[in-house]
Amino acid sequence: MKPVNQKAWLLILPVILCVAFSAIVPLMTVVNYSVQDIISPERRVFVGTEWFKWVMRDEDLQGALLRQIGFSLSVLIVEIPLGIALALSMPAKGWRSSAVLVTVAISLLIPWNVVGTIWQIYGRTDIGLLGATLAGLGFDYNYTGHSLDAWLTVLAMDVWHWTPLVALLCYAGLRAIPDAYYQAARIDGASKFAVFRFIQLPKLRGVLMIAVLLRFMDSFMIYTEPFVLTGGGPGNSTTFLSQYLTQKAVGQFDLGPAAAFSLIYFLIILLLCFVLYNWMQRVGTQDKSGAGHE
Amino acid sequence: MARISLDLAHSYRPNPQRDEDFALLPLKMTFEDGGAYALLGPSGCGKTTLLNTVSGLVTPSQGSVSYDGRDVTGLTPQQRNIAQVFQFPVIYDTMTVAENLAFPLRNRGVSPDRIKQRVGQIAEMLEMSDQLNMRAAGLAADAKQKISLGRGLVREDVSAVLFDEPLTVIDPHLKWQLRRKLKQIHHELKLTLIYVTHDQVEALTFADEIVVMTRGRAVQIGSASDLFERPRHTFVGNFIGSPGMNFLPARGTGTGIEIAGRTLAAPTPELAGLAEFTLGVRPEYVELAAENAPGAVPAVVTQVQDIGTYWLITAQAGSGANASAIRARLSPDERIPAVGAHVWLSIVDTHTCFYLNEELIA
Repeated sequence: MKPVNQKAWLLILPVILCVAFSAIVPLMTVVNYSVQDIISPERRVFVGTEWFKWVMRDEDLQGALLRQIGFSLSVLIVEIPLGIALALSMPAKGWRSSAVLVTVAISLLIPWNVVGTIWQIYGRTDIGLLGATLAGLGFDYNYTGHSLDAWLTVLAMDVWHWTPLVALLCYAGLRAIPDAYYQAARIDGASKFAVFRFIQLPKLRGVLMIAVLLRFMDSFMIYTEPFVLTGGGPGNSTTFLSQYLTQKAVGQFDLGPAAAFSLIYFLIILLLCFVLYNWMQRVGTQDKSGAGHE
Repeated sequence: MARISLDLAHSYRPNPQRDEDFALLPLKMTFEDGGAYALLGPSGCGKTTLLNTVSGLVTPSQGSVSYDGRDVTGLTPQQRNIAQVFQFPVIYDTMTVAENLAFPLRNRGVSPDRIKQRVGQIAEMLEMSDQLNMRAAGLAADAKQKISLGRGLVREDVSAVLFDEPLTVIDPHLKWQLRRKLKQIHHELKLTLIYVTHDQVEALTFADEIVVMTRGRAVQIGSASDLFERPRHTFVGNFIGSPGMNFLPARGTGTGIEIAGRTLAAPTPELAGLAEFTLGVRPEYVELAAENAPGAVPAVVTQVQDIGTYWLITAQAGSGANASAIRARLSPDERIPAVGAHVWLSIVDTHTCFYLNEELIA
């Protein structure tokens, strides 16, 4: 028989206290708000699931959620392939690789609100390089006036800001592939595409999973950059979830619906990350069933 | 299949000056069509570099490689049609075992029927037929290495199959089995096989011809018995055999040769005229001898070890500056001397080799 010592629980007590103080108790506060109508600091009414029902029926919110999902998917669809392509074309060794690494990483060092400001000016048709160039080429570009232009500018800004992160992760993943794989591929007569498809891409699975999850979560919670660039407009074409939530909670002080919604928001992110993670873990790892081996 | 001739040198540095700058010193060598060769040497001796120049993964900095007289120095491994198996298993993670084995064929546009047939044969040979539909990534290291071996053998028209220490990760028991398999494949398919290893047993059992390498130089090419009986270089004498050859300093006295303070009859007149040289004799050929027997020297036993099938005794011959250790393998049937015993050991007979500046002279 193994001796059982219940005192060991004491050892994890500090962790429990820290987590409780920093995460569980604040989260419970939110839960508390979500089931009450707070009329004034002294007056509150228990409303049960009222706010949740209300929030789920709110059309503005549904719109923001759809915009958000569309935006996050676009971010992944653009940034992941672009990051892989960048990493593949970066030099592997020598001073060139260091120079390229530093250059690529520059945008990652810029704070969010500065990125927003940079693009705000960059996209202006009177003094901004991008805006003026597009206008000069005859495009009717105006990110403060046209919904599509605003949406595309926010997407371009995110791609500009965060693709280097994907590229750096993939670069690290590529460097970790032993030379023997490339040698074996040369011996086996594999084409460049086959090397990418059967060696590089499978070996990047781990880093790509991290890249996808990071980019998904970050873009799903994007706030500062569109806030600085477009303020959520024109109309609410670039109002994403976090901005909508902030308007509710801080702007209108609707604590109940805001709390209810932030819980739903939290669950959506958790669910989508779980689905993504499991899918990426599983894709391309199953044994083949059936007798044929073509 | 091809006859492969090398006349090259290779350095990984841009401007090699001294011998140490070269990974491969200038060498000339021919691998005959259908031969089984082993490249044997300690780690870092240049055997993998030599193998890679044959396959085309490394282009030699000087000289040329030719297949059947055709210069292939500038060609890629694919153009040379070489198969090579590496030390650590390389498998394509997303493919099944069958797809892995089929990959070299598919890249060359072989018909699906033919691929299926070849993959089936190879799988049968490697005893992997029941694993064909499994994802290769989930298998154990030795199964993965069997897949690597299979990919090396799946093409029939290759110029040669090169193995770079392919059995390092394999269990000893399976090692024997696979080595025997390779040997069998060699007999059946008559492929040119070149096998890199640092394990002499592996080299001696696998190959018809063994190339012994040290410090970027191929010091001897020969059969197992050549390497054992007549090592051309003291390195070979030392490296081959367990334990290696005994080497004793000797000098000519004009009429005879002096070893460990005792003068013996000179086996050849030239030796008697040399000021300094080295005598080499395998522990297997050192025998206990009668007192003052011809070709024997007196020695004091310093160590006696039971190695199982034989006894290994170490004895010290001569004294002071002349002192040198002699190891002898004695059969258990013999009377084994105890530590401290004074014995006579015969060291000069027909099996004895003589070296000047590490090279065999007689």
